This record gives sequence, C-alpha cells and structure tokens, in this order.
Amino acid sequence: MTRRGEIMFDKAAGQQSIVGKSMATRDAYGETLLELGKKRDNIVVLDADLSGSTKTGKFAKAFPDRFYNIGIAEQDMIGTASGLALSGKIPFASTFAVFETGRAWEQIRQTVCYSNLNVKLIASHGGITVGEDGASHQSTEDIALMRVLPNMTVIVPSDGYETMQVINVIANFYGPVYVRLGRAKVPAVMPAEYEFRIGKAYPFHIGKDTNIVAMGIMVSIAIEAAKILKDAGIDAGVINMSTVKPLDTETLLNAARSCRLIVTAEEHSIIGGLGSAVSEFLSENFPVQVRRIGIKDSFGCSGKPEELLKLYGLTTDDIVETVKEALKK
Amino acid sequence: MDKRDTVFLKQQAKRVRIEILKMLTEAGSGHTGGSLSAADVVTALYFYKMRHRPDVPNWRERDRFILSKGHAAPLLYVVLALTGYFDISVLKTLRKIGSPLQGHPCSKTLSGVEISTGSLGQGLSISNGIAIGLKIDNLNSRVYCLLGDGETQEGQVWEAAMTAAHYKLDNVCAIIDLNGLQIDGPVSKVKAIEPVASKWSAFGWHVIDIDGHDMEAILKAFDEAETIKGKPSVILARTVKGKGVSFFEGKVEYHGIVPTRDELEMALKELDGNGQ
Repeated sequence: MTRRGEIMFDKAAGQQSIVGKSMATRDAYGETLLELGKKRDNIVVLDADLSGSTKTGKFAKAFPDRFYNIGIAEQDMIGTASGLALSGKIPFASTFAVFETGRAWEQIRQTVCYSNLNVKLIASHGGITVGEDGASHQSTEDIALMRVLPNMTVIVPSDGYETMQVINVIANFYGPVYVRLGRAKVPAVMPAEYEFRIGKAYPFHIGKDTNIVAMGIMVSIAIEAAKILKDAGIDAGVINMSTVKPLDTETLLNAARSCRLIVTAEEHSIIGGLGSAVSEFLSENFPVQVRRIGIKDSFGCSGKPEELLKLYGLTTDDIVETVKEALKK
Repeated sequence: MDKRDTVFLKQQAKRVRIEILKMLTEAGSGHTGGSLSAADVVTALYFYKMRHRPDVPNWRERDRFILSKGHAAPLLYVVLALTGYFDISVLKTLRKIGSPLQGHPCSKTLSGVEISTGSLGQGLSISNGIAIGLKIDNLNSRVYCLLGDGETQEGQVWEAAMTAAHYKLDNVCAIIDLNGLQIDGPVSKVKAIEPVASKWSAFGWHVIDIDGHDMEAILKAFDEAETIKGKPSVILARTVKGKGVSFFEGKVEYHGIVPTRDELEMALKELDGNGQ
C-alpha cells in the first residue's frame, strides 16, 4: 500500500483555472470532483440534501448514476457510503461539517474507522464564516471529533488550489479521510509550484521570533499578520498545517527550535483542534511558549463572516497583539 | 451449499446451537439468547441460500451477510467455522485476548466477516451501500442483513428502510429476528415496535411474515424474496429467544449471560448432543 506522504498530485491533470484564484474551497471541491468523475468511474458521491451548498451538485448533474442523495439522513449516508466502499467504490460523502462529524460521528467511528474503509468525508461550512445561519450551522468542533478517531486522516485546505490538490491526492490514498471546507471565498495563498502531500506542512517562511501554525482560512490571515509584525521588527514565520492528522512534527519541531513562540491559528475551538495537536506534541518533545488563536470554548452566532472573525478574535490584529504580548514576557 | 433438504438443515441448526453454547460457556461471557433465536435463519442462509466460497472469502460474486445485530457474534462465528472459513478449534478463543473472535464481529481480524458491527442500527445502511455497488457492477449477488427487533428502535434503521425502497434495492433482503425481548425486558414494554408488518410495508418493502424456527417456511421465504423485483424484501422471523434450550427460552436474563458448566451439560442433553 502506498504510504500517505508518497502520493503526489499530477499537476498536468489539474485545472489551471483554479491556480491562484480567490474562491471558496467548497467551489474548488465541486469543480475538482467533476473533473475526477470524468477520469475515474469508481468514484461515487453521496449527499444529504445539501448538494447545492456542498457543490457536489455539479457531479450529480454530470453523473446522475453515480450520485446518491440520501436525503436528510446523515447517519444513513455514512453507512451507505461504507457499503459502497466495501463494494470497491471510492465514495465521497458530503454535507455540512457540523452534521457530517456530529450527527454521524458514531457511524464514522464504528463503521468507517474501525474497519478502515476507503470513505472520503468532505464537509463544507466548516468554522464560523458560515455566517448568518448562526451557531447551529457553524462547525467549531469537527476537527476535534475527527482527530480523535484511529485510522482517520484530517485535512483542512487553505485555498482553492490546495483543495484541488487535496481532492486528487486523497482519491489515490486508501483509508478514511476527513476534509474540512469553507463556505466563504478565501484569497489564494499557495504558490503555483506547491505540491500537497498528506502529512506535509508548508512553511512560507520560518521566523526567528515566532512561527504561526495555521489551517484553513487562518493561513491567509496569518500571512497578513506576519507582514505587520515584520514592520514592527518581529520575524514571524507562517506554516500552513493543512494536514492536522497526521501532524507534520518534523516541520513543527524545526519551527519551534528556530524561535521563542509558537502561535496556532484555527477557525475552530481551541479545545481539541490544531492548537491542541500542536501543544500535545510540543509539550512532550520541545516545550516552548505556545499561544492558541481560536474560538474560546463558546458557540458562534449570526453575522457576516468578517464581523464574526472580529467578534471571536480571529483577525490579523488579534494575531499581531497575541504575538507582541507573548514576546514581551 | 445448495441442499434444499430440511432434515439436513435442521441437523445443522442443532449443531450450530450446540457449538454456540459450548463456545459461550468457554468464553464465560457473551450473548446467548439472541444467538439461539436466529440460529435457524442463519443456518438456512449459510448452508442453503447464500452463494459463498469459504475458501475464497472475498469471492466477488458472493452473496453478502451483514450481522447488524452484532451481539449475535457467536452464531456468525459458528456458521463460519462449520462451513469451513476457519478451524472449529478457534471457537474456544472467543472473547480472549489476541483472538480473531472479538466480542462483537471485527472484519479486520476475521475473514468472512464483511464488516465490523456491534453498535446497533447501522447494518442496513451498509447493506444498501453494498447493494448499490453490486448493481453498478452488474452483479446479481444479494445482500442479507439480520437485525434484532429491539434494534429497530434505532432511527437509522428507518432512514435505511427509506433509502432501500427509494433506490429500489431488490437485491437487499432484511431479516428481523423478532424474539420479543431486549436487555431491559419485553420489546413491547421497553418501547413497542408493533405493528411491524404494516410499518415495513408502509416503508415500501415486500413483507414476508414467518415462524422463524420453521425450516421449510424459512427456505420458502428466502426463495420468495429473491423473486421480488423493484423493491427490497424483509422477512419477519417470529422467534423465541434462547430457542432450543427449554430453560433459556423466553427468558430476558439470557440476553447477555452464558450457561454455567452444569447448564451446558443439561442443554447439550436436551439438544441431543454428545458434548464432543
């Protein structure tokens, strides 16, 4: 079996239109899935009545015989996807992150992970930038719920281009994978030469004063924060830790050894997510000062994505202030 | 495996019950009542109805059996051993450290087990997924899924019931082991599931209601289910929990406890076994 980190993305096969484009990661998923469906007839897609929002609708339209709408029944969707995997298909099962990981968690544990099935769980509407729908539809615990499961791989792409690579790579990897996507449009951050590999972080720069380890939409926010910090004389690096599990401990250790402070940034609860994963590793292997940027043990609420990021302390300014404050000590 | 011989099948069901009791006594824990109640139905599947090859467990064209009521693992293990998936001596390792025979079925440790089960309510969804996959591949294999009656209190069962009907999965055959008892007492007292037949019928299933210990009726039911096109079939197997051992029959406490050595001896005598 191919090991996780060895699977490469075939750039020639990717859609050039997505490279460098600011777009929601869910849109990149919809386009990539459609392309993948054209090339691979063993790919099947399931949704739970949200195909317009998760963007699996594009695949559904092109390949109605390989698309199964299971209706508003997430537990049944995961079970059905598991059966399809047992039949040798590669099922991509999508709905909102809060329902996919919360409503069907036990099905994912008992059936998908325990039996190590080749089921791809691709959830949209991760985090609070879901916006106006409010806390019931915002997922701030999904990474914790998926990270704790044996056999599970957890990936949070930062932009459309990375999403395209992730979807292609996991289609060639055997095993359960959870991919968290977002509703809101995000800036393109990954360079054209970037090559996603499962379990391999991407350091934009390793800072001498601090390194910000980020996932998803927080990568672009961290990059902006690093620029402001540079102007203030602080050398801040940014690492895109798009694979939360397995964590790229080599890159993390290297970053921790190079600086005085590690900051984690995630659009997720500070409990159980990226901040926890990083802290767990560093506390045992290279204790260093850590600050976690994330949702501080609370539910989200309705509002515009930008307003919510500000309300919950997930902006460029929040990162800058956190770094300055921590480095004073 | 294609002997439509009720005398032979009844003998096999008796052997299955004897081995279940022996392995459970040896293990010291496990689920007796629900393994015995479904013994006739599952014997009919493995010794008559299903196309399967114990020497090639992953044979592509096999019929699939999904034990949604995973706590009846002893029953599954015994039919797998008696049909040649593994040596019968392995049965005595049930529930012991390092054994492929986990307390509830694990597909990673034992070939012949299609999927790990034990958490109730999930098997029918999995069966549907397999059935869709078989149809995509133009295979005419069938999927048999055994559920407990108490298990149908799980909402996911009804989600799956709708899915199978919606996608016209006529290659799915569910069997409900209606033994009437669950851990906390009679199903009718804990949370009633009747009327079962009209519920499944309303969900779009072809319903076959039988005495789940009448071998001839069981064979007829499986044969009938195979002829139904355009909709899934469900066999309502009316059974007795602990069937075959008079002092276990209909006793709610024998859901999750095993025979003592003395009880085993009495039970084997009753079943006309020689204890070997």
